[in-house]
Amino acid sequence: MAFKNMYAALVIAGFVGALLTGCGEQQSTGDPGVTDTEIKIGNTNPYSGPASAYGTIGRAHTAYFDMINEQGGVNGRKINFISLDDGYSPPRTVEQIRKLVEEEQVLFLAGTLGTPTNTAIHKYVNAQQVPHIFVNTGASKWDNPQNFPWTMGFNLSYPNEAKIYAMYLLENKPDAKIAILYQNDDYGKDYVHGLKDGLGDKAESMIVAETSYEVTDPTVDSQIVSLQASGADTFFNVTTPKFAAQAIRKVYDIGWRPLHILNNVSSSVGSVLKPAGLEKSVDIITAVYWKDPTDPQWADSPDMKEYKAWFEKYYSEGNIEDGFNVPGYVIAWGVAELLKECGDDLTRANVMKQMALIKDVEAPLMLPGIKWNTSADDFALIESGQLARFDGEQWVLFGDIIGN
Amino acid sequence: MDGMHVNKTRLIVIGIAVLVAFLLPFVVGSYRVFQFNLVLVYAIVLLGLNMLTGYNGQISLGHGAFYAIGAYVAAIMMDKLGVPYWATVPAAGLVCFVAGFLFGFPALRLHGHYLALATFALGISMPQILKYKGLEHWTGGVQGIVILKPQAPFGLNVSQDQWLYLFSLFVALFMFWLAWNILRGRIGRAMVAIRDHPIAAEAMGINVAAVKTLTFGVSALYAGVGGALGAIVVQFVAPDSFVALVSISFLIGIVIGGLASISGVIYGAIFIQFVPNIADEISKAAPWAVYGLFLLAFVFLAPKGVAGLVQLLWGKAEASWKRTRAQKTTLQS
Repeated sequence: MAFKNMYAALVIAGFVGALLTGCGEQQSTGDPGVTDTEIKIGNTNPYSGPASAYGTIGRAHTAYFDMINEQGGVNGRKINFISLDDGYSPPRTVEQIRKLVEEEQVLFLAGTLGTPTNTAIHKYVNAQQVPHIFVNTGASKWDNPQNFPWTMGFNLSYPNEAKIYAMYLLENKPDAKIAILYQNDDYGKDYVHGLKDGLGDKAESMIVAETSYEVTDPTVDSQIVSLQASGADTFFNVTTPKFAAQAIRKVYDIGWRPLHILNNVSSSVGSVLKPAGLEKSVDIITAVYWKDPTDPQWADSPDMKEYKAWFEKYYSEGNIEDGFNVPGYVIAWGVAELLKECGDDLTRANVMKQMALIKDVEAPLMLPGIKWNTSADDFALIESGQLARFDGEQWVLFGDIIGN
Repeated sequence: MDGMHVNKTRLIVIGIAVLVAFLLPFVVGSYRVFQFNLVLVYAIVLLGLNMLTGYNGQISLGHGAFYAIGAYVAAIMMDKLGVPYWATVPAAGLVCFVAGFLFGFPALRLHGHYLALATFALGISMPQILKYKGLEHWTGGVQGIVILKPQAPFGLNVSQDQWLYLFSLFVALFMFWLAWNILRGRIGRAMVAIRDHPIAAEAMGINVAAVKTLTFGVSALYAGVGGALGAIVVQFVAPDSFVALVSISFLIGIVIGGLASISGVIYGAIFIQFVPNIADEISKAAPWAVYGLFLLAFVFLAPKGVAGLVQLLWGKAEASWKRTRAQKTTLQS
């Protein structure tokens, strides 16, 4: 009898215990930043300081969420997008992010801009387990789900862009003799590694020369001369705008006519190709993955029309010619879609779970055929692009979408 | 008697301020603790700069460079050599003292605007020097160095932020005590004499060259100690953290706080820590324009710095208090 009682007691205890844990699980869904009417999202952008040209991206995010909120928000909740100025200064980024996480209690961080600034908060956000998504820089370190499971980048990363060039070369110019000029830092090395990865076994035979420059160097003229002397017929130009313009001019002036591959970082017509000389830039190749709002061929595409309508109504103080507004719009679109996917399960864990479940998503303003894909062990959102050739006036797309 | 009385109230005010500073981390959230920790860091740097510029009359637009050196010394020692965080602070100060002392020699030949330009050159070149290839093994290049936040020792039941704040407060109090001793003594008077009239100072037997170079060294030492603490608090150093604007904001700090004033550096530190954030909250489109308005307002309303304004108000309050007391005594008699 006593035995029977104890058995019953155990069963009841187990049942009650299960109920309690069940309740516990339900309570844990109450992550910060979410109420029945609002979702708080944090962001930092350089509205002041040396990189304030990027500030328009943050303003575009805000303008996009203004539109979403006017349409009633996501699943009945308004988006409270709190974007703070970090002046592109890492210590201020740390400060502002701590404010967002600890004081504002945002659900997650999205679109934080800059490589040094995001590096400064990388460990912190992962220790706090706050989703740090659509990180707006091209560095490859945001794709590291093993060590940093709360961070995921947005852009086509530098190594993945370099792999696109490698695939193009292997297919179209397998006997290319490649000379590389790169900036001697993380960004430059990311590209060089990516190219070598992409070329695989053939890297050693195809790359005939590689040389670097320092950001402090006055010019890259001597590097160009020595690269030409290597007998290369393909030039991989991994430089930031000022040096890119110098390199393009020098290559042309010394009569070198290689297949010239220019990294996307310096593909701006206005700030690189024009100063270098448009006639000297003809036939340069680069990889792109989103639509240029000034390119007439997209004028009639529905997503571009929508973009322009949004721009006029919600961001009329911005400059429509400024290409930086495109990622501003696209990232905000991505955040809104993510929230729709999360539904009412608005927890930090679910945000990361949904981020890792993106499958063949065709985002607006992406080039046709470019799809977003992620998985639990692949945190690179965009891994493909299309090549474009400069015709003396603008970039002209050619070939297929390359990459995964 | 009266002088004694003023000193006594001043001591009480300082005592209350220190007590409040000690209790602060236990009443505000950890993010605010972090912000006030940065205020302490800036106060130390500004104190050093104020010795140089406020007391000795040598303008520096390049103290961000010494701040950066201090930060990197601390980061490299912690990250590459495994030195404990507390030991990096005096080391950073020492390295910066030597650097500042050496820079003080060429500075001897330069006066006023020319010195400002020479120091500015130091400030603007520092981020690029930190990216230099030959040093990359140590500095981590553009990527910078990420350092770990120290835990509170002796099993103290305080958070990492609270502990770091208290540690910084101890360092700051020590640095203030040191500065107070230097400035009120013979050396302090020599510094002021050189600022006001270098020829007369020399005629009085002051070794102008020695005092000026030493002041430069000590000032850099303060910037180095602040830099080391700043690096530990922020847990990250990178060239982008030490752009030329940092140097300029330090100069803004001492002018806003009050030149040649020890207490002024605290107001200055509060200004450079909080006003940019307030500006950002007021306008995303032009935060620097708002910052500029604040700057103009302070310069017009408190032309002798916040410390000067506080002293003025304090003096008025005291005078009126004395008047009422005098009236009372006459009435009673």
